[in-house]
Amino acid sequence: MGFPHKSHPKETVVLSQYFGDADARTYKGWTKRGGYEALTQALKMEPNAVTDVVKESGLRGRGGAGFPTGLKWSFMPKEKKRAHYLCVNADESEPGTFKDREIMRWTPHALLEGTAIAAHAIRAEVAYIYIRGEFTEPWTIMSRALEDANAAGVFGSIKVHLHRGAGAYICGEETALMNSIEGKRGNPRIKPPFPAAAGLFGLPTTINNVETLAAVPHILKRGAAWYKGLCLSNPKSTGTKLFSVCGHVQRPGNYEVTMGFPLKDLLYDMCGGPPAGRTLKACIPGGSSVPILTREETEACLLDYEGVVASGSMLGSGGVIVFDDSADMVYQIMRLARFYAHESCAQCTQCREGTAWTTKIMERILAGQGKPKDLDLLLDLSENMTGKTICVLSDSCAAPIVSGIKKFRGEFEAYLAGKKQPVMVHA
Amino acid sequence: MPDQLINLTIDGTPVSVPPGTLVIEAAKQAGVLVPHYCYHPGLPVAGVCRMCLVEIEKAPKLQIACATTVTEGMVVKTQTAPAKDARQGVLEFLLINHPLDCPICDQAGECELQDFVFQEGQSGTRYAEFAKRFNPVEDFGPDVLYVPNRCILCTRCVRYMEDVAKEPVLNVSERGDRAFIGIHPEARLDHPWAGNVVDLCPVGSLLSKDFLHKARAWELDKTASICTGCSQGCSISLDTRDEVVVRVRPRPNLEVNKYFICDHGRMHYRWMNRGDRVEAPLVRRDGELKATDWDEAFAKVLSIVRGASGKAVALVSPGASNEALAAAKRLLSGFQWTGAFQVVMGEEAPLPGVPNLALRAERAPNAKGAENLGYTRDYAGALEAAKSAAVVLVLDDSDCAVQTNGALIYVGTVLGAEAPCRSAEVVLPVTNVAEEEGTFTNRDGREQRYFQAKPAPGMAQPAAWILDQLVKAMGHAEARR
Repeated sequence: MGFPHKSHPKETVVLSQYFGDADARTYKGWTKRGGYEALTQALKMEPNAVTDVVKESGLRGRGGAGFPTGLKWSFMPKEKKRAHYLCVNADESEPGTFKDREIMRWTPHALLEGTAIAAHAIRAEVAYIYIRGEFTEPWTIMSRALEDANAAGVFGSIKVHLHRGAGAYICGEETALMNSIEGKRGNPRIKPPFPAAAGLFGLPTTINNVETLAAVPHILKRGAAWYKGLCLSNPKSTGTKLFSVCGHVQRPGNYEVTMGFPLKDLLYDMCGGPPAGRTLKACIPGGSSVPILTREETEACLLDYEGVVASGSMLGSGGVIVFDDSADMVYQIMRLARFYAHESCAQCTQCREGTAWTTKIMERILAGQGKPKDLDLLLDLSENMTGKTICVLSDSCAAPIVSGIKKFRGEFEAYLAGKKQPVMVHA
Repeated sequence: MPDQLINLTIDGTPVSVPPGTLVIEAAKQAGVLVPHYCYHPGLPVAGVCRMCLVEIEKAPKLQIACATTVTEGMVVKTQTAPAKDARQGVLEFLLINHPLDCPICDQAGECELQDFVFQEGQSGTRYAEFAKRFNPVEDFGPDVLYVPNRCILCTRCVRYMEDVAKEPVLNVSERGDRAFIGIHPEARLDHPWAGNVVDLCPVGSLLSKDFLHKARAWELDKTASICTGCSQGCSISLDTRDEVVVRVRPRPNLEVNKYFICDHGRMHYRWMNRGDRVEAPLVRRDGELKATDWDEAFAKVLSIVRGASGKAVALVSPGASNEALAAAKRLLSGFQWTGAFQVVMGEEAPLPGVPNLALRAERAPNAKGAENLGYTRDYAGALEAAKSAAVVLVLDDSDCAVQTNGALIYVGTVLGAEAPCRSAEVVLPVTNVAEEEGTFTNRDGREQRYFQAKPAPGMAQPAAWILDQLVKAMGHAEARR
């Protein structure tokens, strides 16, 4: 549902059904709407059986990587020898993404219910919900909801903590998030060991995205087959997905569609297309870290994990950033690079130095002082920054550079040739 | 010894290593040094410099050799184009903000950034026309300066203070290319073992104030030695420029000190360069000590030892070598013998991250060796016995408050104007630890050899050699009798 807009007929409303409905925020209102029934059902099941249902449903991680959720849960040690942890990644810091924010704002109990079910499935006694520092309103709402849920005894013996981030993008990376909870600097860890073997406080941990967990109660209640049936294209991508559309569209907002939905329909039908008199130029379909699509690629793209890859990008977090013909792609890409340079944790050499150097070159090009070899240099640096570091922040900086130069080379060359008015950029 | 070894190939060379070995360590066995910065065998793995990227067959992308454990049949290639390109990329990134002030940098010549750039870097940079990052020099502690501009953020120092010294006063501050090594605002880098961060630093970012501008690395000669600072017996390297000891650094010894030495030991070298040494044998003539040659000095000692009987007392330094101590005892074997030493005591300072490693309270390298040879700690008793002894031998303990009615033989390096040993009948000049070869026995009974780092002053000879000559002469005389 495209809150604050009215639901569009082409949407498949599951997660966003109660967006805008303040009564659904309360424990009472949530139970009135059938809330916590799935949890009651799950608690009667063996943990492995819950995992099997989620496996069967085809649910995949909604945070960006798209890893099958049930499979991830099944990686937890079969024989429980030590404490198990569940982490909920509510750090939603990917530029262009604001779906988890709405889930927490309107349906905090959906997340709590999913959290309780997941904790049961992986036999965790403690769950941490790591909420982005800037999310003041969701924080307040989640705190209140957790209080009510605890008062109602929803979690039984499971202890749920809300942990507030301090505003670092990198703390959305799962192992950096764990370091942050532990009170350490939010630096990603080397993998292996993976969280299921040694995660939070060195103990077996599963970490899931907010949207992923919010979908779990629906799967249990309506069955894996129903969820699996929500599929318009590739059977490996099932269910519904919230897409946060921002940028040059008439009705930006969150829209929930079935996997495999055409991106073109999302942008033109639901969001009303670009402002009047403008045409679509480009689109970043999965949050700022994925390659940019041209208009043609955008209009041919199907929104599921495989479809977006086939179009040359990634589904990512579902943060759709739209550019119309008034956008200066060189400037936009500089802004992205600058973001990554600011947010690099400084561990890996390529990322620490490469993101900043990339930004400087982009700024130089915009200022009309680019060198003829700058584009080759940018591509070469991007090559050195891809696939060589602990986490993918470095790769994420390189992705828009590489795809931007490949697809909008003309705009770069116009600056290099002095055919475009220089843009003075300030940090 | 583990039952099973893992077999793998590194650059075509087959090696077999215990399970759990890291690729970077296995490579050393194949004679391959994978370039690296953040990795150090004495520290937890960080995997952040990304310099040790190598190609491993069947892996989808390059792997860091420092965080990858070996598996059976693994095929590692360090010299393929993708691996070399990746490392060249890292070097270029590391250099863009590095000041390249090698001509004035203390680390030049022993800098891993220089070495690996020379080995596989590029001669030019593409980082033209941008200013380099600048941060002013910070005073971290009593002996440590931080030059952030040279820093490559390998975090060895941070991990050392956190995991080995267990006094986490350093961190990485800020993010991205603004990052630098920060120190707790109310803390100093004054842990008794803090100086190791200077050795750990692969570049010239952490500097020893003591060594600052003293020498270029290529002017130094390095000699394997044993620290004399306490009874721990850490393996060290004495670095000399010309004939002066200018620096003490740890020498890896996994059984004793791993890769580290304490600051006390690090600073415990200036006395080795003392200029006020006894440079010639002295004998008492007309009530005064006069310089002479070795023949006369030896003859004098022999006449004293041969001409006396009854009690003999040896007051020795626990910093003398086992060889000297043994010979000193043998020389007086015909007497009713008492031998003793005294040890200066200080505060014990452990390095928490390494078991059984500490700056020991006993500030002497060979107390255990002396004990093994029969010298006792009853120094006061020995001083008392010395009063009525026929012969008293003092071995390199010039300040000992010796009083005797018998003949005093002083074998030592220095002799102060007011030293009690000025009353000696004969003074034999000897070398110090930096000028001779010998062994010490550490507190755990480990006998360790040290080597000669610089020449002896004047006519000084190793105490072991002098006393041995005398023992031989005595034996010869006894045989003749």
